[in-house]
Amino acid sequence: MVNAVYLHIPFCDYICHYCDFNKVFMQGQPVVEYLDHMDIEMEKTLNRFPTSSINTIFVGGGTPTALNDQQLEQFLHSVTSRFQPYVEDGLEFTMEANPGSVTPSKLEIMKKYGVNRLSIGAQAFQDSLLKRLGRGHNVDEIGEIVTMAKHAGFDNLSLDLMFGLPEQTVEQLSSSIDEAVKLGITHISSYSLQVEKKTVFYNQWRKGELPLPTEETEAEMYAELIRRLEEKGFNQYEISNFALPGYESQHNITYWKNNEYYGIGAGAHSYVDGVRRANAGPLKQYMTKIDEHGFPYMDENELTKGEMMEEEMFMGLRMREGVSKQTFEIKYNQSIESVFGKQLTNLIDKELLKDTGSHIALTERGFFLGNEVFQEFLAV
Amino acid sequence: MNREQKLERQSRIRNFSIIAHIDHGKSTLADRILEKTGALTAREMKDQTLDAMDLERERGITIKLNSVQLTYTAKDGEEYIFHLIDTPGHVDFTYEVSRSLAACEGALLIIDAAQGIEAQTLANVYLALDNDLEILPVINKIDLPSAEPERVAQEVEDVIGLDTSDAVLASAKNGIGIEEILEQVVEKVPAPQGDPEGPLQALIFDSLYDPYRGVVAYIRITEGSVKVGEKIRMMATGKEFEVTELGVFTPKPQSKDELTVGDVGFLTAAIKNVGDSRVGDTITSVKNPADKPLPGYRRMNPMVYCGLYPVDSAEYNDLREALERLELNDSSLQYEAETSQALGFGFRCGFLGLLHMEIIQERIEREFNIDLITTAPSVIYQVKLTDGEEKIIDNPALMPDAQSITEVQEPFVKATIMAPNDYVGAIMELCQGKRGEFIDMQYLDETRVNIVYHIPLSEIVYDFFDQLKSSTKGYASFDYEMMGYKPSNLVKMDILLNGETIDALSIIVHRDFAYERGKDITETLKELIPRQQFEVPVQATIGQKVIARSTIKAIRKNVLAKCYGGDISRKRKLLEKQKEGKKRMKTVGKVEVPQEAFMAVLRQDNTKKN
Repeated sequence: MVNAVYLHIPFCDYICHYCDFNKVFMQGQPVVEYLDHMDIEMEKTLNRFPTSSINTIFVGGGTPTALNDQQLEQFLHSVTSRFQPYVEDGLEFTMEANPGSVTPSKLEIMKKYGVNRLSIGAQAFQDSLLKRLGRGHNVDEIGEIVTMAKHAGFDNLSLDLMFGLPEQTVEQLSSSIDEAVKLGITHISSYSLQVEKKTVFYNQWRKGELPLPTEETEAEMYAELIRRLEEKGFNQYEISNFALPGYESQHNITYWKNNEYYGIGAGAHSYVDGVRRANAGPLKQYMTKIDEHGFPYMDENELTKGEMMEEEMFMGLRMREGVSKQTFEIKYNQSIESVFGKQLTNLIDKELLKDTGSHIALTERGFFLGNEVFQEFLAV
Repeated sequence: MNREQKLERQSRIRNFSIIAHIDHGKSTLADRILEKTGALTAREMKDQTLDAMDLERERGITIKLNSVQLTYTAKDGEEYIFHLIDTPGHVDFTYEVSRSLAACEGALLIIDAAQGIEAQTLANVYLALDNDLEILPVINKIDLPSAEPERVAQEVEDVIGLDTSDAVLASAKNGIGIEEILEQVVEKVPAPQGDPEGPLQALIFDSLYDPYRGVVAYIRITEGSVKVGEKIRMMATGKEFEVTELGVFTPKPQSKDELTVGDVGFLTAAIKNVGDSRVGDTITSVKNPADKPLPGYRRMNPMVYCGLYPVDSAEYNDLREALERLELNDSSLQYEAETSQALGFGFRCGFLGLLHMEIIQERIEREFNIDLITTAPSVIYQVKLTDGEEKIIDNPALMPDAQSITEVQEPFVKATIMAPNDYVGAIMELCQGKRGEFIDMQYLDETRVNIVYHIPLSEIVYDFFDQLKSSTKGYASFDYEMMGYKPSNLVKMDILLNGETIDALSIIVHRDFAYERGKDITETLKELIPRQQFEVPVQATIGQKVIARSTIKAIRKNVLAKCYGGDISRKRKLLEKQKEGKKRMKTVGKVEVPQEAFMAVLRQDNTKKN
């Protein structure tokens, strides 16, 4: 049963140097037409794969707040009309918001339609680094968006911070963490930079013009992040996510617990009835597919039980609490030990995993070497 | 045909080869000749028809020989039968070149009008002269803006002593001079001698294995005739067979009932193994045998050895089958099973040279789809022990302890290098660094020199050729021949990973160069072996003494932060890719070592620039 929805707004006012998500320059795009198509996709999806309750909605991008007031109104109206019948009390409704692209009137519209959590793309608190990343905002605008959001009545705010950036120092990261916490937010997601193909950074890196920190420095940054945030009362409940008690992101936990979710919009991914699907990414293709077939799928992959169990592990272990042995057994009718006994013994031996009795979880060392652990569970 | 007819036909046969340095246009010229004689229409032509294997095409060299029968109507109105015999273009296959030249009466010597004589040109010319061939110089690529045909002609006169007054000026690419070349073949290359009714002597100049017909021997009849159904004997091995098929290539195979003096073609006789049809051997008739074989046969011995191991040890049997299959076609490939503590079960293989080694490796990986780990190549050492025993060592790991050795000898080559004189300094520095002994230097003309050094083969086997190319900007050409063994001050150097000796990484080095080499290898390994979950010391030792060391730092962070908005498949792919990468590595002790690391010793200078 699906209880979570992801919606993708692929429009941006500027393109960041590291971003390889599905996104396009806003200018000249058929935004309204695109939103109309998302509406059709929501309708058809709910008809084909019914749900009884929706607990989380997450609007990501691109830059959802790049929509103007009118477009935002159209979009949120369509989302709430489609999902309202299934919404439970305590719905977590998150929108990504970028400093510089948010106004009091946009916040008012969001509030009106029930958005109750903002995920703010701050990334760093140094203008020099923001510039290097190609972000279209400065440090002051981060403060402004938080003030504005609080003023509009949003009290559940998450900030994104990046580390492992070119020429970034550990001290800069520490100061970004301090600045973020000072703003009075409830959640921090912190990602290390991955240089992906088809980005400005990739081209710079190929030419040797991207002075990335060494693996040692990156590890130091990650350790500093964990230490400093714990000190300030933020629990690291997942590899990259930190929250004040009670403010953990329920939507993201859906992914890590390997539960199902709808994915609406160009390039969005969904997991419904054991099938992972990817929507067509280019806007035109996305819309044509909906017009012609009703659904924009580009790729459909029905998971085998083996694959599901693998994913249960490599997603679930990202959480500090790890994978629940009981849940695993209920879901798959087999004990975790009977399926992965060899891997568990080996990884516990290497002090990368621990068995808490009820859960299998990463050790402190395991947190730094997550990929080394996860790949052991793949049947490749 | 009666004897008269055979003799008349024999007078119209011309057998010749084309000899040239790599890239001087041999294959292009062969193609033009095929075109001109109507063997192939332009439409049928696939560029460079004689180089059939993909690998050959890619590398621009010929490995396996081919011969074609062509008919050419000359200006005198007569129809001539040409046999064009292709030769391999690499020093590793010198013996095969010499045998195919032995099947000819003449040779076209192709020289690039811009490059002039190169080391290999010279080597091949000497082989042709050894075989008493009539040599027809052709100065090719005269269409190039940098062509200097007069200078090159003068060089040929001065260096080789050939008369170039009749040398053809040609451009194979543009079809210039082709007819003149063919007319000269008719006029100057002698017709084959020999009696069609004499006792059979047929030279095997190549043989290959065909899964349906068994071994196909490429032969040249020097004396007598052979017919289908006739009993034949291989004079070197004494084995007897019955001829099942005879024919010529046009270049398509065309069956014949009989081949006679001067003919160049193929023979099959249900021969199961190329070892029974050795290059250089003479075929004779059982009924009317020749007194003695044709001269020049010798068994080819490998010069370079290396260990070949499957990355996945489950593929050991597949690797054995691959070697068996390749051996059918390549009598110079030798192998025997060996075991390495580090790499498990594999084979020690012997090759004619480095190129031969690379070709076999590539064929195993491509045609048989087996991922290989190759150990660094080694030459054969002759070791005298204190107890008087003498040992032959082709695997450095098996070198006895220094205390029990009185003397180690290693093979030396005579290296001939030709280059513009600007590079003399660089070449001499390189040769000295490779333990070379200066022998001679001659000016070919005002700007080009010929330098001769004696150098240990093991140094050539390492990275000599690459270094020569880079230190002369590619202007030098190089050739070598074996000279024999000399004593050297050699020691065995072991490499330890995480405190464990890795037998597959042991090498033999000269004592004076050991320290430097140890440092290079430990540094290279540090670059090539990815970080592990723990720190890994890399040490080079001689006996018990550590002479160099580096450390592969422990992996500190490998965790992907991004969630990709629910794109779990992408995350999975990334993890799978990381895992696949590891699977291609060999776990040695607890350390995961990538394939390239076992060749680290070869890469010492290449990695530094990174």
